Amino acid sequence: MSIWVLRGLRDGVVTTRWPRRPDEYADSWRGPATVSSDAVSSDAVSSDAVVADGAELEWLCPTGAIEVIDRVRVDQGRCILCGRCVAARPDLFAWSEGATAPAAAAVTRQALVVPPEPGAEEAIATARAALAARTAALRRSVHVRHVDAGSDGSEEWEIQALLGPVYDVHRLGVFFTASPRHADVLMVTGAGTVGMSGPLRTTYDGMPDPKVVIAVGTDAVSGGLLSDRLSGVADAVPVDVWVPGSPPSPFAILNALLIATGKLTPGTRR
Amino acid sequence: MTVTSTEPTVAALWETLNSRVTRGMRFAGLFAARRDDGMTLSAHVAAPEGIDTLESPLAPGAVSYPALTPLIGAAFWYERVIHDETGLIPEGHPRLAPLVAPGSPEDHALPRHVAGYGLFTIPHGPVRSGVFESMEYLVETPGEAIPHLNMRIFYKHRGIAARFTGLTVADGTLLAERAEGIASVAHALAYCHAVETIAGCAVPVEAALIRVVHAELERIANHLDVAMRLADAAGLAVATARFALHKERVMRLVGELCGSRFGRGVVVPGGVSAFPRKRPAEILAAIGPLEKEITADAELLMGTSSFLDRLRGTGPLNADRAREHGALGPIGKASGYADDARLARPYDAYPLLRAEPVGEHSAGDAMIRLRVRFEEIAQAFRLIRHALSDFPERTRLTLHSPCDPLDGRATGWAEAPQGEVLYDVTIEGGRIAHCQPRSASFHNLVLMHEVFAGDILTDFPFIEASFGLSVAGAAL
Repeated sequence: MSIWVLRGLRDGVVTTRWPRRPDEYADSWRGPATVSSDAVSSDAVSSDAVVADGAELEWLCPTGAIEVIDRVRVDQGRCILCGRCVAARPDLFAWSEGATAPAAAAVTRQALVVPPEPGAEEAIATARAALAARTAALRRSVHVRHVDAGSDGSEEWEIQALLGPVYDVHRLGVFFTASPRHADVLMVTGAGTVGMSGPLRTTYDGMPDPKVVIAVGTDAVSGGLLSDRLSGVADAVPVDVWVPGSPPSPFAILNALLIATGKLTPGTRR
Repeated sequence: MTVTSTEPTVAALWETLNSRVTRGMRFAGLFAARRDDGMTLSAHVAAPEGIDTLESPLAPGAVSYPALTPLIGAAFWYERVIHDETGLIPEGHPRLAPLVAPGSPEDHALPRHVAGYGLFTIPHGPVRSGVFESMEYLVETPGEAIPHLNMRIFYKHRGIAARFTGLTVADGTLLAERAEGIASVAHALAYCHAVETIAGCAVPVEAALIRVVHAELERIANHLDVAMRLADAAGLAVATARFALHKERVMRLVGELCGSRFGRGVVVPGGVSAFPRKRPAEILAAIGPLEKEITADAELLMGTSSFLDRLRGTGPLNADRAREHGALGPIGKASGYADDARLARPYDAYPLLRAEPVGEHSAGDAMIRLRVRFEEIAQAFRLIRHALSDFPERTRLTLHSPCDPLDGRATGWAEAPQGEVLYDVTIEGGRIAHCQPRSASFHNLVLMHEVFAGDILTDFPFIEASFGLSVAGAAL
């Protein structure tokens, strides 16, 4: 057994310092597709030529995340990161960068639609304030219960990674718990299958107040590729924080967890 | 490669199927689907040269057919799915309880199969302790031993097979990658192999090599996940952290190569989407130290007696049952039944790379299953090194040949970390008319019913982890 102790020392400290220090891997990570900033600043997103191509642009996306009414919008909550729009129209679409960037988690469903509508800021600020007021008591020690509501299995891997040595959420006072009675945060993955709607609701009802729900992954946010029959988990439980991604990276999930519990404020960099 | 033969009646179909299985071929699946003018039963058989499909139409308006399960036990779950999805009744099926679609509230009641004093049923799931996929185990126990185990996977049935219908060929790849998320590459490969067979297109050799690299990295990540869960079950904190670290490094490497930590978007019909973002020499430089550290930790783990005590003799699957059922992947190999698609029915660059089989085993317990996984990790590293050292210079930019199938049907396969994945794809007018995936997780999970000989409740996490299956892939 003592050999294992030595083996544990072999690689030194592998744990990220984020959020106290920036993490290169988190910052370089590719998130859902977005409307490229050049196209927004040059108003190409609402030019006549682009609007005329509207139907064609909308067809690019297999999950219907692109909408062209007067201007181009991308619903990141529907993006499964296939990259077709970025490959076909690099002038209009780009990858969002950084797993811990503001766009990596949203406190309203509408906030995942880019570029934001005028006035969206206000709704986000209201939602953020309400969330912060509710979770004021949770900042130092947070217990998380995960429920799979029909995921493809990859989100579980990325959540499990948070317990590993690289992300190690214990250092931030975050623990995973077996009982919903001890949980403050409900992390839900999956497209919201019929079979899981009951158990999911029962788990949510079993949690004491205050409680926060995080929808992890594009499937949980909108149903993803299955959105013709399953619409995500918001019908079963009230979602507070939305994390798109297919699947989202561990940093994106960690980011959402910290936003949900008021340890980070969305939209501000450290 | 794929031979489809049609029999006039179901009885004739079973006769042909049974004669092939008794000749040593492996039963690989049974499905019912609405084709042309009525319901058709399609059975898959793994023959030496490929996966054959045998079919028989049902009489118009038929509501039942004679069950296959009494003849071929491996059809047990397949026929329950047929019943759930089409309402057809396989006459003579031993237990037609819902598997992927709960019918009524009574289907959620706790069934009892073993009678006796002091016996009770522990419903374990669908929301379980820890970060797991949702499924329910019904453990019938007098307190310690587990005389009977029942499984329910309908909680996360998503209707993947039905979703394929009407998609374009390219969109089908995206859905295949999300059928069983932890085996994205293998599912995309099996699907694309079927599509490529229909289109009659050949994959460029560079693309075939890149496919092998990604498929093998996926295998390494999956096997490390199993090692991590087993170490966690035994309470070896350092070993758990070490294997979690190795797995994270492998996933980061995959992410650096293609932009997705799960290798999504790499495989496309006709080839691959792009060159890896690292040069072959850089990838080789990255996997060198990785392999060394994984090997060292694997050796230490397989020499830690307190760990092996928990695995040795735990959850044994005997060799006869493994052969009879056609157990896939590491579970089959650990019980002396090795039918590895990469060796038996090679695809992509595997014929060039001359993959060697892993060692022969027969004990079939959790320890041997882990040993097989470590051998497969070593084998995967060899294949990756071989693929990259033979990698041609970047002279051609064609990484995928045109692949636009119009009409046709074919079965594609690939060896996922869990075992063989099958895709039976029918394309009409350039769109998917029908696509039936079959994961190794589905085929193997049913075997968990049978491996609790003398094992007790505390062995449960070891047995579950040693199977290394995905519920998403099983429930689809």
